Amino acid sequence: MKSHFLLMALFAFFVSLVFAVIAKDDLREQLRLGGLMLAGFVAAAIVLGWLMYPFPL
Amino acid sequence: MRASAAEQTQSGGLVLLCVAAWLVPGAAHLWLGRRSKGVIFLVALPVMFAIGLAIQGRLMPFDLSEPLVCLAAAANLGMGVVYFAASALGYGVGDVRAVTYEYGNAFLIVAGLLNLLVVIDSYDVAVGRK
Repeated sequence: MKSHFLLMALFAFFVSLVFAVIAKDDLREQLRLGGLMLAGFVAAAIVLGWLMYPFPL
Repeated sequence: MRASAAEQTQSGGLVLLCVAAWLVPGAAHLWLGRRSKGVIFLVALPVMFAIGLAIQGRLMPFDLSEPLVCLAAAANLGMGVVYFAASALGYGVGDVRAVTYEYGNAFLIVAGLLNLLVVIDSYDVAVGRK
């Protein structure tokens, strides 16, 4: 797999999963926190990616 | 004041628990009866580490002349037995020319750091903070 987006999403998934399981004990709360974190990671990456787009390497 | 025998036994048990948690991700949670959490850590962290190896990430050497590489190596070491097994089997050589090299490093480093967080969490559970 060489897609940067998919690798980033996979990375965000694992980090969100572990953080949610550590932080919450109830399954519904874990799903809620994990989902929010995953969405936040992915959205932040997309926004930052577009913000950096005009700048040369 | 000297600690009582019971307290010493308890602290010895805590050290053993933390070592087990470091060596095998999720082992301490399973030991403490938190099965679902333990199974999730037992599966998720080694899978994350394996993905890092599969996409050409590198297990960093302990090179004291390069502090950041040394810190990355310490983070890799956080995976315990999985790290030692991967090193012994020759995985984690890394290919700096690969497109996914940096992603692989991120997976390997963060998997180790997350396992260290799991160790701290298991300590908190054991002492009754959670």
